[in-house]
Amino acid sequence: MAASNPDVVPIAGGTDVMVELNMDLGRPETLMDVSRLPELAEWRRDNGHLFLGAGVTYTRIMRELPEHTALVQASRSVGSPQIRNRGTVGGNLGTGSPAGDALPVLAAWDAEIVLARPGGSTRSVPWREFLTGVKQTAREPGELILGARWNVPRGPGSFSKIGTRNAMVIAVANLCLQVDEVGRSIRVALGSVAPTVVRAHDAETFAAQAFEEADAWDDPGATLASDAVEGFGELVATAANPIDDVRGTSAYRRHAVAVMGRRALSWAIEDRRSGVGA
Amino acid sequence: MLVRTNVNGERRETDVWPGSSLLYLLREHLGLPGSKNACEQGECGSCSVWLDGELVCSCLVLAAQANEREVRTVEGLAAGEAMHPVQEAFVETGAVQCGFCTPGFVVAVADLLEQVPEAPEAVVREALSGNLCRCTGYEKILEAVRLASDRMRIREDEL
Repeated sequence: MAASNPDVVPIAGGTDVMVELNMDLGRPETLMDVSRLPELAEWRRDNGHLFLGAGVTYTRIMRELPEHTALVQASRSVGSPQIRNRGTVGGNLGTGSPAGDALPVLAAWDAEIVLARPGGSTRSVPWREFLTGVKQTAREPGELILGARWNVPRGPGSFSKIGTRNAMVIAVANLCLQVDEVGRSIRVALGSVAPTVVRAHDAETFAAQAFEEADAWDDPGATLASDAVEGFGELVATAANPIDDVRGTSAYRRHAVAVMGRRALSWAIEDRRSGVGA
Repeated sequence: MLVRTNVNGERRETDVWPGSSLLYLLREHLGLPGSKNACEQGECGSCSVWLDGELVCSCLVLAAQANEREVRTVEGLAAGEAMHPVQEAFVETGAVQCGFCTPGFVVAVADLLEQVPEAPEAVVREALSGNLCRCTGYEKILEAVRLASDRMRIREDEL
């Protein structure tokens, strides 16, 4: 169906698509209900990887994938119970909003997006190439997002989000930090502070080096100098390229990601010390 | 397009415009105005219903997506003349001001207490985060949740 009509809009939980329809912001020629496709509704582990079907709801992620801490934390921060019962990671990907809460997690986990092409073949696109701009993705007409796949990292990770309420908010800024004990790296991704989710590469390099210098990779009990944590936060902020909008100013967003970065690194150090995520 | 649903235990067949929401189907085609139409973007929760047992905003469900599925609305809560304990509790505690948000709250509270009969306040607040009351009457609503929770557990014990 998608192949014969490339303008078809897939609808799963409807938490984005229905808003467009209800507000008369868009009137797609054809809608295709993908909420009953069993392939999209499953997740599976294979060979150190996790494949998360595009149709798995945030409620199900919280219930069924508790060990994927950062993704669970991001899922918990999405909307309300009503929204989490319907909303899916596939929807975050399809919409491609820079504020999508699951996206910094997928970026920090170096996920690839799996797409079904007309005719039945599939292709995988690294998240970085998939998210091309504000609400723009590399999904081609007629393609359907099957899900995301990533190499499950070993080490603590977290998701943080700043909004005006504790629930039911679109992020002013959000951040995912993941320690990769095997690759000896620290990965940080930011949302809602640039046209797409971005990784804070300078901060990542800085943190990995600080871990090296403190001998923290071999000694999880090691602490970092407090100015290292400060410096990390400042470098995180340099990766942001935010705008002023109704949700917050550019200056506030930079400040927010610096604070979130600093806190996330402190939590990770604390988690390593107490053996969480090991 | 023809949509066949089971609403509050009754099979219904409705001919809707393909872009209609489930909320529109319920209110305008089936004459069930309990679910309210307010924000139409999932912010306010006043259109909350159960779709196959799951709490959802009916404004964000395409009517066609409810085809061959079970829908339970606030109208399906009372057993004949006997109100649901959550409805009783809202009446008794006066957890109603203008009343517009009430059906959505009643449905969300009933959903919560079915899953977590003894929910601590933090859990209640989290569970109701997707329901807005613009009269700012939340304190009475929380009181209603406590009363309903107590009553439902007592009735459970009596069975």
